[in-house]
Amino acid sequence: MSPVVSVENLTKNYGSVTALAGVSFTVDEGEVLAILGPNGAGKTTAVEILEGYRRADGGDISVLGHDPSSGGREFRDRIGIVLQETGIEMVLTVREAIDIYARSYSRRLPTDELIDLVGLDGKADARIKTLSGGQKRRLDLALGLAGDPELVFLDEPTTGFDPSARRKSWAMIEGLTELGKTILLTTHYLDEAQHLADRIIVLADGSIVAEGTADTLGEGRAASTISFTVEGSDRPPRLEGGPVMTGHTVTYRSTSVTSDLLVLTSWATERGVDLDGLEVTRPSLEDVYLHIVGETESGG
Amino acid sequence: MSARRYASLLWGQTRHNNRVFWRTPAAAFFTLALPVIFLILFSVIFGDVEVDGGYSFSQFFAPAMAVFAAVSSSFSNLAIGVSYARDQGVLKRVRGTPLPAWVYMAGRICSGVWMAVLSVGLMFLLGWAFFDFRMVWANLGTALVVFVVGIATFSALGLAVCAVLKNADSSPAAANGVFLPMAFVSGIFIQLDDAPRWLKILGDVFPLKHFAGPFGEAFNPLHESPILGWEHLGVMALWLLFGMVIITRYFTWDPRGE
Repeated sequence: MSPVVSVENLTKNYGSVTALAGVSFTVDEGEVLAILGPNGAGKTTAVEILEGYRRADGGDISVLGHDPSSGGREFRDRIGIVLQETGIEMVLTVREAIDIYARSYSRRLPTDELIDLVGLDGKADARIKTLSGGQKRRLDLALGLAGDPELVFLDEPTTGFDPSARRKSWAMIEGLTELGKTILLTTHYLDEAQHLADRIIVLADGSIVAEGTADTLGEGRAASTISFTVEGSDRPPRLEGGPVMTGHTVTYRSTSVTSDLLVLTSWATERGVDLDGLEVTRPSLEDVYLHIVGETESGG
Repeated sequence: MSARRYASLLWGQTRHNNRVFWRTPAAAFFTLALPVIFLILFSVIFGDVEVDGGYSFSQFFAPAMAVFAAVSSSFSNLAIGVSYARDQGVLKRVRGTPLPAWVYMAGRICSGVWMAVLSVGLMFLLGWAFFDFRMVWANLGTALVVFVVGIATFSALGLAVCAVLKNADSSPAAANGVFLPMAFVSGIFIQLDDAPRWLKILGDVFPLKHFAGPFGEAFNPLHESPILGWEHLGVMALWLLFGMVIITRYFTWDPRGE
Protein backbone atom coordinates (compact mmCIF):
# COMPACT_ATOMS: atom_id res chain seq x y z
CA MET A 1 0.00 0.00 0.00
CA SER A 2 1.39 3.40 -0.89
CA PRO A 3 1.96 5.79 2.00
CA VAL A 4 -0.56 8.53 2.78
CA VAL A 5 2.17 11.16 2.75
CA SER A 6 5.37 10.84 0.79
CA VAL A 7 7.96 13.58 0.70
CA GLU A 8 11.15 13.34 -1.26
CA ASN A 9 13.95 15.86 -1.04
CA LEU A 10 11.70 18.78 -0.12
CA THR A 11 13.40 22.17 -0.21
CA LYS A 12 12.17 25.66 0.62
CA ASN A 13 14.02 28.95 0.88
CA TYR A 14 12.87 32.34 2.05
CA GLY A 15 15.20 34.68 0.24
CA SER A 16 18.66 33.60 1.27
CA VAL A 17 17.41 31.71 4.32
CA THR A 18 17.06 27.98 3.91
CA ALA A 19 13.95 26.76 5.72
CA LEU A 20 14.05 23.18 4.44
CA ALA A 21 17.20 21.65 2.99
CA GLY A 22 16.12 18.41 1.34
CA VAL A 23 13.72 16.64 3.68
CA SER A 24 12.37 13.16 2.92
CA PHE A 25 9.89 11.08 4.86
CA THR A 26 6.68 9.09 4.57
CA VAL A 27 3.60 8.61 6.72
CA ASP A 28 1.68 5.35 6.42
CA GLU A 29 -2.04 4.88 6.77
CA GLY A 30 -3.18 4.91 10.37
CA GLU A 31 0.22 6.06 11.57
CA VAL A 32 0.97 8.98 13.87
CA LEU A 33 4.15 10.74 12.81
CA ALA A 34 5.57 13.51 14.96
CA ILE A 35 7.92 16.10 13.56
CA LEU A 36 9.91 17.16 16.58
CA GLY A 37 12.26 20.06 16.65
CA PRO A 38 13.15 23.35 18.27
CA ASN A 39 11.39 26.56 17.26
CA GLY A 40 12.50 27.73 13.85
CA ALA A 41 13.54 24.26 12.72
CA GLY A 42 11.20 24.36 9.71
CA LYS A 43 8.35 22.25 11.12
CA THR A 44 5.54 24.65 10.27
CA THR A 45 6.98 25.37 6.83
CA ALA A 46 7.06 21.64 6.08
CA VAL A 47 3.52 21.07 7.30
CA GLU A 48 2.10 24.11 5.50
CA ILE A 49 3.60 22.87 2.25
CA LEU A 50 1.89 19.51 2.76
CA GLU A 51 -1.38 21.28 3.54
CA GLY A 52 -1.16 23.22 0.28
CA TYR A 53 -0.66 26.66 1.84
CA ARG A 54 2.85 27.14 0.59
CA ARG A 55 4.72 26.06 -2.50
CA ALA A 56 7.86 24.01 -2.22
CA ASP A 57 10.94 25.18 -4.09
CA GLY A 58 11.86 21.62 -4.94
CA GLY A 59 11.12 17.99 -4.24
CA ASP A 60 8.43 15.40 -4.90
CA ILE A 61 5.41 15.59 -2.64
CA SER A 62 2.36 13.39 -2.63
CA VAL A 63 -0.38 13.67 -0.01
CA LEU A 64 -3.30 11.25 -0.44
CA GLY A 65 -2.18 10.94 -4.05
CA HIS A 66 -2.38 14.69 -4.65
CA ASP A 67 0.15 17.42 -5.18
CA PRO A 68 -1.05 19.65 -2.31
CA SER A 69 -0.28 22.92 -4.13
CA SER A 70 -2.73 22.03 -6.90
CA GLY A 71 -4.94 19.47 -5.15
CA GLY A 72 -7.83 21.87 -4.83
CA ARG A 73 -11.15 21.09 -3.26
CA GLU A 74 -11.01 17.34 -3.76
CA PHE A 75 -7.78 17.28 -1.76
CA ARG A 76 -8.98 19.61 1.01
CA ASP A 77 -12.13 17.56 1.35
CA ARG A 78 -10.03 14.66 2.67
CA ILE A 79 -7.69 16.45 5.06
CA GLY A 80 -8.24 18.20 8.36
CA ILE A 81 -6.03 21.11 9.33
CA VAL A 82 -5.39 22.42 12.81
CA LEU A 83 -3.08 25.34 12.26
CA GLN A 84 -0.84 26.82 14.90
CA GLU A 85 -2.70 30.08 14.97
CA THR A 86 -5.78 30.83 12.94
CA GLY A 87 -8.51 33.32 13.44
CA ILE A 88 -12.18 32.74 13.59
CA GLU A 89 -15.21 35.01 13.82
CA MET A 90 -15.22 35.57 17.59
CA VAL A 91 -18.86 36.69 17.62
CA LEU A 92 -20.08 33.24 16.60
CA THR A 93 -21.02 30.51 19.05
CA VAL A 94 -19.17 27.20 19.07
CA ARG A 95 -22.09 25.45 17.37
CA GLU A 96 -22.49 28.14 14.70
CA ALA A 97 -18.79 28.04 13.87
CA ILE A 98 -18.76 24.27 13.48
CA ASP A 99 -21.93 24.38 11.39
CA ILE A 100 -20.61 26.92 8.92
CA TYR A 101 -17.09 25.53 8.58
CA ALA A 102 -18.28 21.92 8.31
CA ARG A 103 -20.74 22.76 5.59
CA SER A 104 -18.34 22.59 2.68
CA TYR A 105 -17.15 19.01 3.32
CA SER A 106 -18.81 16.21 1.43
CA ARG A 107 -18.66 13.90 4.46
CA ARG A 108 -19.20 15.58 7.77
CA LEU A 109 -19.41 14.56 11.37
CA PRO A 110 -22.54 15.69 13.22
CA THR A 111 -21.96 18.94 15.09
CA ASP A 112 -23.04 17.53 18.44
CA GLU A 113 -20.73 14.57 18.07
CA LEU A 114 -17.80 16.90 17.37
CA ILE A 115 -18.63 19.11 20.33
CA ASP A 116 -18.72 16.03 22.53
CA LEU A 117 -15.53 14.64 21.08
CA VAL A 118 -13.51 17.73 22.00
CA GLY A 119 -15.26 18.13 25.34
CA LEU A 120 -16.99 21.46 24.68
CA ASP A 121 -20.48 20.19 25.46
CA GLY A 122 -21.06 22.80 28.14
CA LYS A 123 -19.96 25.55 25.76
CA ALA A 124 -21.89 24.74 22.59
CA ASP A 125 -23.88 27.95 22.68
CA ALA A 126 -21.19 30.20 24.16
CA ARG A 127 -19.67 32.92 21.99
CA ILE A 128 -16.13 32.02 20.95
CA LYS A 129 -14.72 35.22 22.44
CA THR A 130 -15.75 33.98 25.91
CA LEU A 131 -13.73 30.74 25.61
CA SER A 132 -10.38 30.19 27.29
CA GLY A 133 -7.27 29.60 25.21
CA GLY A 134 -7.48 25.86 25.72
CA GLN A 135 -11.16 25.77 24.79
CA LYS A 136 -10.45 27.74 21.60
CA ARG A 137 -7.77 25.23 20.71
CA ARG A 138 -10.26 22.42 21.21
CA LEU A 139 -12.66 24.21 18.90
CA ASP A 140 -9.81 24.36 16.36
CA LEU A 141 -9.50 20.63 16.70
CA ALA A 142 -13.25 20.15 16.25
CA LEU A 143 -13.12 22.29 13.08
CA GLY A 144 -10.17 20.28 11.80
CA LEU A 145 -12.16 17.08 12.23
CA ALA A 146 -15.44 18.44 10.89
CA GLY A 147 -15.05 16.81 7.47
CA ASP A 148 -14.23 13.37 8.90
CA PRO A 149 -10.74 13.60 7.32
CA GLU A 150 -8.50 10.69 6.44
CA LEU A 151 -5.40 12.68 7.32
CA VAL A 152 -5.18 15.20 10.13
CA PHE A 153 -2.47 17.84 10.43
CA LEU A 154 -1.86 19.09 13.95
CA ASP A 155 0.59 21.96 14.17
CA GLU A 156 1.74 22.23 17.79
CA PRO A 157 -1.63 21.17 19.16
CA THR A 158 -0.90 21.79 22.83
CA THR A 159 1.52 24.72 22.86
CA GLY A 160 0.65 26.98 25.76
CA PHE A 161 -1.53 24.41 27.55
CA ASP A 162 -1.37 23.67 31.24
CA PRO A 163 -0.49 20.05 32.09
CA SER A 164 -4.03 18.89 32.68
CA ALA A 165 -5.33 20.44 29.46
CA ARG A 166 -2.44 18.80 27.64
CA ARG A 167 -3.38 15.38 29.04
CA LYS A 168 -6.95 15.88 27.89
CA SER A 169 -5.84 16.82 24.41
CA TRP A 170 -3.57 13.83 24.23
CA ALA A 171 -6.47 11.58 25.15
CA MET A 172 -8.50 13.19 22.37
CA ILE A 173 -5.75 12.71 19.81
CA GLU A 174 -5.33 9.09 20.90
CA GLY A 175 -9.05 8.72 20.31
CA LEU A 176 -8.48 9.81 16.70
CA THR A 177 -5.92 7.10 16.09
CA GLU A 178 -8.45 4.58 17.30
CA LEU A 179 -10.75 5.85 14.57
CA GLY A 180 -8.02 4.95 12.11
CA LYS A 181 -6.98 8.50 11.21
CA THR A 182 -3.52 9.17 9.91
CA ILE A 183 -1.95 11.99 11.87
CA LEU A 184 0.97 14.26 11.15
CA LEU A 185 1.79 16.41 14.12
CA THR A 186 4.52 18.88 14.90
CA THR A 187 5.64 19.63 18.39
CA HIS A 188 8.58 20.93 20.32
CA TYR A 189 7.58 18.88 23.34
CA LEU A 190 9.40 15.61 23.68
CA ASP A 191 6.90 14.02 25.99
CA GLU A 192 4.18 14.82 23.49
CA ALA A 193 6.00 13.10 20.65
CA GLN A 194 6.86 10.18 22.90
CA HIS A 195 3.32 9.86 24.14
CA LEU A 196 1.44 10.20 20.85
CA ALA A 197 3.65 9.23 17.96
CA ASP A 198 4.35 5.86 16.39
CA ARG A 199 7.37 7.39 14.74
CA ILE A 200 9.33 10.57 15.32
CA ILE A 201 11.50 12.58 13.01
CA VAL A 202 13.71 15.23 14.49
CA LEU A 203 14.04 18.34 12.39
CA ALA A 204 16.74 20.88 13.11
CA ASP A 205 17.88 23.71 10.84
CA GLY A 206 15.73 22.43 7.99
CA SER A 207 17.15 18.91 7.91
CA ILE A 208 16.11 15.61 9.42
CA VAL A 209 18.78 14.79 11.97
CA ALA A 210 17.24 11.66 13.44
CA GLU A 211 14.35 9.34 12.77
CA GLY A 212 12.86 6.42 14.63
CA THR A 213 10.49 5.40 17.36
CA ALA A 214 10.79 6.85 20.83
CA ASP A 215 12.72 3.68 21.69
CA THR A 216 15.09 3.45 18.76
CA LEU A 217 15.78 7.13 18.29
CA GLY A 218 18.86 7.06 20.50
CA GLU A 219 20.56 4.02 18.99
CA GLY A 220 24.14 4.79 18.11
CA ARG A 221 23.80 8.35 19.30
CA ALA A 222 23.31 9.09 22.93
CA ALA A 223 24.90 6.63 25.31
CA SER A 224 23.24 3.94 27.43
CA THR A 225 24.52 3.25 30.91
CA ILE A 226 25.87 -0.14 32.05
CA SER A 227 26.23 -0.56 35.78
CA PHE A 228 26.95 -3.35 38.27
CA THR A 229 28.77 -3.90 41.54
CA VAL A 230 31.84 -6.04 42.08
CA GLU A 231 33.30 -7.42 45.29
CA GLY A 232 37.08 -7.69 45.63
CA SER A 233 39.90 -5.69 44.25
CA ASP A 234 39.83 -6.61 40.56
CA ARG A 235 39.60 -3.51 38.48
CA PRO A 236 37.09 -3.92 35.64
CA PRO A 237 38.46 -3.51 32.13
CA ARG A 238 38.91 -0.15 30.51
CA LEU A 239 36.38 0.62 27.80
CA GLU A 240 35.59 3.71 25.81
CA GLY A 241 33.02 4.94 28.32
CA GLY A 242 34.50 3.99 31.68
CA PRO A 243 34.78 2.56 34.16
CA VAL A 244 33.69 5.11 36.69
CA MET A 245 33.98 3.64 40.19
CA THR A 246 31.79 4.77 43.06
CA GLY A 247 32.64 2.49 45.96
CA HIS A 248 31.89 -0.96 44.61
CA THR A 249 29.58 0.35 41.92
CA VAL A 250 30.95 0.44 38.41
CA THR A 251 29.33 2.40 35.61
CA TYR A 252 30.12 2.73 31.92
CA ARG A 253 28.61 4.95 29.33
CA SER A 254 28.12 2.87 26.22
CA THR A 255 27.08 3.53 22.65
CA SER A 256 27.59 -0.13 21.66
CA VAL A 257 25.98 -2.04 24.47
CA THR A 258 26.22 -5.54 22.98
CA SER A 259 29.96 -5.56 22.38
CA ASP A 260 30.67 -3.79 25.67
CA LEU A 261 28.65 -6.41 27.52
CA LEU A 262 30.59 -9.16 25.75
CA VAL A 263 33.88 -7.71 26.98
CA LEU A 264 32.54 -7.29 30.51
CA THR A 265 30.97 -10.73 30.82
CA SER A 266 34.13 -12.39 29.38
CA TRP A 267 36.19 -10.50 31.88
CA ALA A 268 33.90 -11.60 34.74
CA THR A 269 33.83 -15.26 33.61
CA GLU A 270 37.63 -15.41 33.33
CA ARG A 271 38.04 -14.15 36.85
CA GLY A 272 35.03 -15.94 38.32
CA VAL A 273 33.45 -12.73 39.60
CA ASP A 274 29.81 -11.87 39.62
CA LEU A 275 28.45 -8.74 37.98
CA ASP A 276 25.95 -8.14 40.75
CA GLY A 277 22.91 -6.08 39.86
CA LEU A 278 23.96 -5.78 36.23
CA GLU A 279 21.77 -3.16 34.63
CA VAL A 280 21.62 -1.52 31.24
CA THR A 281 19.77 1.80 31.21
CA ARG A 282 18.71 3.24 27.90
CA PRO A 283 19.08 6.99 27.47
CA SER A 284 15.90 8.96 28.03
CA LEU A 285 14.38 10.58 24.98
CA GLU A 286 15.33 13.89 26.47
CA ASP A 287 19.01 12.87 26.61
CA VAL A 288 18.77 11.78 23.00
CA TYR A 289 17.01 14.91 21.85
CA LEU A 290 19.32 17.32 23.59
CA HIS A 291 22.27 15.37 22.26
CA ILE A 292 20.98 15.45 18.67
CA VAL A 293 19.91 19.06 18.69
CA GLY A 294 23.08 20.04 20.53
CA GLU A 295 25.14 18.34 17.81
CA THR A 296 23.39 20.31 15.09
CA GLU A 297 23.79 23.58 16.93
CA SER A 298 27.47 23.16 17.63
CA GLY A 299 28.06 21.69 14.17
CA GLY A 300 26.18 24.14 12.05
CA MET B 1 -20.40 19.64 -7.32
CA SER B 2 -23.88 20.39 -8.48
CA ALA B 3 -25.27 23.88 -8.98
CA ARG B 4 -27.68 23.16 -6.18
CA ARG B 5 -24.80 22.41 -3.81
CA TYR B 6 -23.03 25.66 -4.78
CA ALA B 7 -26.24 27.57 -4.21
CA SER B 8 -26.67 26.01 -0.80
CA LEU B 9 -23.07 26.86 0.15
CA LEU B 10 -23.50 30.42 -1.08
CA TRP B 11 -26.73 30.80 0.87
CA GLY B 12 -24.98 29.51 3.99
CA GLN B 13 -22.07 31.93 3.55
CA THR B 14 -24.40 34.88 2.97
CA ARG B 15 -26.38 34.15 6.13
CA HIS B 16 -23.16 33.59 8.03
CA ASN B 17 -21.80 36.99 6.97
CA ASN B 18 -25.09 38.67 7.82
CA ARG B 19 -24.95 37.14 11.28
CA VAL B 20 -21.37 38.32 11.84
CA PHE B 21 -22.35 41.77 10.52
CA TRP B 22 -25.23 42.22 12.95
CA ARG B 23 -23.05 41.12 15.85
CA THR B 24 -20.34 43.63 14.98
CA PRO B 25 -21.81 46.96 16.14
CA ALA B 26 -19.15 49.15 14.50
CA ALA B 27 -19.85 47.68 11.07
CA ALA B 28 -23.59 47.94 11.50
CA PHE B 29 -23.30 51.55 12.66
CA PHE B 30 -21.11 52.80 9.84
CA THR B 31 -23.03 50.95 7.17
CA LEU B 32 -26.61 51.55 8.23
CA ALA B 33 -26.82 54.21 10.91
CA LEU B 34 -24.46 56.79 9.45
CA PRO B 35 -26.37 57.31 6.17
CA VAL B 36 -29.59 57.58 8.19
CA ILE B 37 -28.04 60.26 10.39
CA PHE B 38 -26.84 62.15 7.30
CA LEU B 39 -30.27 61.89 5.73
CA ILE B 40 -31.96 63.29 8.81
CA LEU B 41 -29.41 66.05 9.46
CA PHE B 42 -29.23 67.31 5.88
CA SER B 43 -32.98 67.07 5.40
CA VAL B 44 -33.62 69.04 8.57
CA ILE B 45 -31.00 71.67 7.71
CA PHE B 46 -32.08 72.07 4.06
CA GLY B 47 -35.68 71.09 4.66
CA ASP B 48 -37.07 74.39 3.43
CA VAL B 49 -35.06 74.47 0.25
CA GLU B 50 -37.37 73.96 -2.70
CA VAL B 51 -35.84 72.33 -5.69
CA ASP B 52 -36.96 72.71 -9.33
CA GLY B 53 -40.62 72.12 -9.82
CA GLY B 54 -41.51 72.42 -6.17
CA TYR B 55 -40.07 69.11 -5.13
CA SER B 56 -38.56 68.54 -1.72
CA PHE B 57 -34.85 68.52 -0.97
CA SER B 58 -35.10 64.91 0.04
CA GLN B 59 -36.44 63.92 -3.40
CA PHE B 60 -32.83 64.27 -4.51
CA PHE B 61 -31.02 63.68 -1.27
CA ALA B 62 -32.64 60.36 -0.27
CA PRO B 63 -31.44 58.56 -3.44
CA ALA B 64 -27.98 60.10 -2.91
CA MET B 65 -27.86 58.75 0.63
CA ALA B 66 -29.13 55.39 -0.64
CA VAL B 67 -26.10 55.26 -2.96
CA PHE B 68 -23.88 56.34 -0.09
CA ALA B 69 -25.22 53.45 1.99
CA ALA B 70 -24.89 51.00 -0.90
CA VAL B 71 -21.24 51.94 -1.42
CA SER B 72 -20.67 51.68 2.29
CA SER B 73 -22.17 48.15 2.26
CA SER B 74 -20.06 47.03 -0.63
CA PHE B 75 -16.84 49.03 -0.90
CA SER B 76 -16.09 49.92 2.75
CA ASN B 77 -17.61 46.76 4.18
CA LEU B 78 -15.44 44.51 1.97
CA ALA B 79 -12.25 46.59 2.13
CA ILE B 80 -12.35 46.66 5.93
CA GLY B 81 -14.07 43.34 6.68
CA VAL B 82 -11.97 41.16 4.39
CA SER B 83 -8.74 42.87 5.48
CA TYR B 84 -9.44 42.08 9.11
CA ALA B 85 -10.55 38.54 8.26
CA ARG B 86 -7.24 38.04 6.51
CA ASP B 87 -5.19 39.57 9.32
CA GLN B 88 -6.87 37.35 11.89
CA GLY B 89 -6.29 34.25 9.78
CA VAL B 90 -9.96 33.65 9.03
CA LEU B 91 -9.22 33.61 5.29
CA LYS B 92 -6.44 31.13 5.86
CA ARG B 93 -8.76 28.85 7.78
CA VAL B 94 -11.36 29.07 5.01
CA ARG B 95 -8.69 28.27 2.42
CA GLY B 96 -7.94 25.04 4.25
CA THR B 97 -11.50 23.79 3.77
CA PRO B 98 -13.06 22.65 0.49
CA LEU B 99 -15.18 25.83 0.29
CA PRO B 100 -14.49 27.31 -3.16
CA ALA B 101 -12.76 30.69 -2.94
CA TRP B 102 -15.34 32.34 -5.16
CA VAL B 103 -18.20 31.11 -2.96
CA TYR B 104 -16.57 32.70 0.07
CA MET B 105 -16.15 36.04 -1.74
CA ALA B 106 -19.60 35.83 -3.32
CA GLY B 107 -21.04 35.18 0.14
CA ARG B 108 -19.45 38.35 1.44
CA ILE B 109 -20.64 40.33 -1.58
CA CYS B 110 -24.19 38.95 -1.34
CA SER B 111 -24.29 39.87 2.32
CA GLY B 112 -23.20 43.39 1.29
CA VAL B 113 -25.95 43.48 -1.33
CA TRP B 114 -28.48 42.51 1.32
CA MET B 115 -27.28 45.36 3.56
CA ALA B 116 -27.40 47.72 0.61
CA VAL B 117 -30.97 46.71 -0.26
CA LEU B 118 -31.96 47.18 3.36
CA SER B 119 -30.40 50.60 3.60
CA VAL B 120 -31.77 51.81 0.27
CA GLY B 121 -35.22 50.74 1.42
CA LEU B 122 -34.67 52.43 4.74
CA MET B 123 -33.63 55.72 3.10
CA PHE B 124 -36.70 55.81 0.87
CA LEU B 125 -38.98 54.85 3.71
CA LEU B 126 -37.63 57.53 6.05
CA GLY B 127 -37.58 60.09 3.25
CA TRP B 128 -41.17 59.27 2.36
CA ALA B 129 -42.40 59.25 5.96
CA PHE B 130 -40.72 62.43 7.19
CA PHE B 131 -39.25 64.48 4.37
CA ASP B 132 -41.75 64.51 1.49
CA PHE B 133 -39.87 62.05 -0.68
CA ARG B 134 -42.15 60.72 -3.40
CA MET B 135 -41.48 57.37 -4.97
CA VAL B 136 -41.13 57.47 -8.75
CA TRP B 137 -41.92 54.13 -10.34
CA ALA B 138 -41.39 54.92 -14.02
CA ASN B 139 -37.63 54.41 -13.94
CA LEU B 140 -37.37 51.64 -11.38
CA GLY B 141 -35.86 49.29 -13.99
CA THR B 142 -33.13 51.84 -14.70
CA ALA B 143 -32.47 52.26 -11.00
CA LEU B 144 -32.14 48.51 -10.63
CA VAL B 145 -29.63 48.15 -13.48
CA VAL B 146 -27.55 51.04 -12.12
CA PHE B 147 -27.73 49.55 -8.64
CA VAL B 148 -26.50 46.13 -9.78
CA VAL B 149 -23.61 47.51 -11.82
CA GLY B 150 -22.75 49.96 -9.03
CA ILE B 151 -22.66 47.30 -6.33
CA ALA B 152 -20.57 45.01 -8.53
CA THR B 153 -18.11 47.81 -9.25
CA PHE B 154 -17.73 48.93 -5.65
CA SER B 155 -17.48 45.35 -4.38
CA ALA B 156 -14.60 44.74 -6.78
CA LEU B 157 -12.95 48.00 -5.74
CA GLY B 158 -13.37 47.15 -2.04
CA LEU B 159 -11.61 43.84 -2.57
CA ALA B 160 -8.99 45.62 -4.65
CA VAL B 161 -8.23 47.94 -1.72
CA CYS B 162 -7.94 44.86 0.46
CA ALA B 163 -5.59 43.31 -2.10
CA VAL B 164 -3.12 46.18 -2.06
CA LEU B 165 -3.23 46.70 1.72
CA LYS B 166 -0.95 44.47 3.71
CA ASN B 167 -2.25 45.48 7.11
CA ALA B 168 -5.86 45.52 8.28
CA ASP B 169 -5.33 48.37 10.74
CA SER B 170 -4.87 50.74 7.84
CA SER B 171 -8.02 49.53 6.07
CA PRO B 172 -10.62 51.81 7.72
CA ALA B 173 -8.44 54.85 7.01
CA ALA B 174 -7.81 53.71 3.44
CA ALA B 175 -11.45 52.85 2.72
CA ASN B 176 -12.91 56.01 4.23
CA GLY B 177 -10.03 58.12 2.98
CA VAL B 178 -11.00 57.12 -0.53
CA PHE B 179 -14.77 56.98 -0.11
CA LEU B 180 -15.58 60.22 1.75
CA PRO B 181 -13.62 62.66 -0.46
CA MET B 182 -14.95 60.77 -3.49
CA ALA B 183 -18.47 61.29 -2.14
CA PHE B 184 -17.95 65.06 -2.03
CA VAL B 185 -16.27 65.26 -5.42
CA SER B 186 -19.12 63.21 -6.86
CA GLY B 187 -21.81 65.52 -5.59
CA ILE B 188 -23.33 63.10 -3.13
CA PHE B 189 -23.70 65.65 -0.35
CA ILE B 190 -23.69 68.96 -2.17
CA GLN B 191 -24.65 69.80 -5.74
CA LEU B 192 -21.56 70.68 -7.77
CA ASP B 193 -23.23 73.13 -10.17
CA ASP B 194 -21.08 76.02 -9.01
CA ALA B 195 -17.91 74.03 -8.33
CA PRO B 196 -14.70 74.69 -10.27
CA ARG B 197 -14.26 72.83 -13.53
CA TRP B 198 -11.32 70.68 -12.35
CA LEU B 199 -13.40 69.37 -9.46
CA LYS B 200 -16.15 68.32 -11.82
CA ILE B 201 -13.64 66.58 -14.07
CA LEU B 202 -12.21 64.82 -11.05
CA GLY B 203 -15.70 63.61 -10.20
CA ASP B 204 -16.17 62.39 -13.78
CA VAL B 205 -13.11 60.20 -13.53
CA PHE B 206 -14.17 58.31 -10.42
CA PRO B 207 -17.04 55.82 -10.53
CA LEU B 208 -19.22 57.19 -7.73
CA LYS B 209 -20.71 60.04 -9.74
CA HIS B 210 -21.68 57.50 -12.40
CA PHE B 211 -23.50 55.47 -9.75
CA ALA B 212 -25.20 58.31 -7.87
CA GLY B 213 -26.00 60.39 -10.97
CA PRO B 214 -28.18 57.98 -12.98
CA PHE B 215 -29.57 56.37 -9.79
CA GLY B 216 -30.76 59.78 -8.55
CA GLU B 217 -32.08 60.69 -12.00
CA ALA B 218 -34.24 57.56 -11.93
CA PHE B 219 -36.13 59.07 -8.99
CA ASN B 220 -36.34 62.52 -10.52
CA PRO B 221 -40.07 63.08 -11.04
CA LEU B 222 -39.39 65.46 -13.94
CA HIS B 223 -38.39 62.51 -16.13
CA GLU B 224 -41.51 60.84 -17.34
CA SER B 225 -39.94 58.43 -19.79
CA PRO B 226 -37.20 55.92 -18.96
CA ILE B 227 -33.64 57.15 -19.23
CA LEU B 228 -30.48 55.15 -19.06
CA GLY B 229 -27.03 56.68 -19.42
CA TRP B 230 -24.89 54.07 -21.09
CA GLU B 231 -21.81 56.24 -20.64
CA HIS B 232 -22.25 56.03 -16.85
CA LEU B 233 -22.48 52.26 -16.94
CA GLY B 234 -19.41 52.22 -19.20
CA VAL B 235 -17.28 54.20 -16.75
CA MET B 236 -18.36 51.91 -13.89
CA ALA B 237 -17.62 48.83 -15.98
CA LEU B 238 -14.09 50.11 -16.62
CA TRP B 239 -13.55 50.55 -12.89
CA LEU B 240 -15.01 47.10 -12.30
CA LEU B 241 -12.49 45.67 -14.75
CA PHE B 242 -9.67 47.61 -13.11
CA GLY B 243 -10.69 46.25 -9.70
CA MET B 244 -10.73 42.69 -11.00
CA VAL B 245 -7.23 43.08 -12.46
CA ILE B 246 -5.88 44.34 -9.13
CA ILE B 247 -7.58 41.49 -7.25
CA THR B 248 -6.25 38.78 -9.54
CA ARG B 249 -2.78 40.25 -9.42
CA TYR B 250 -2.38 41.11 -5.72
CA PHE B 251 -4.97 39.41 -3.53
CA THR B 252 -3.62 36.94 -0.96
CA TRP B 253 -5.37 34.71 1.56
CA ASP B 254 -2.42 34.39 3.89
CA PRO B 255 -1.88 37.01 6.62
CA ARG B 256 1.80 37.18 5.76
CA GLY B 257 1.10 37.68 2.10
CA GLU B 258 2.35 34.34 0.78
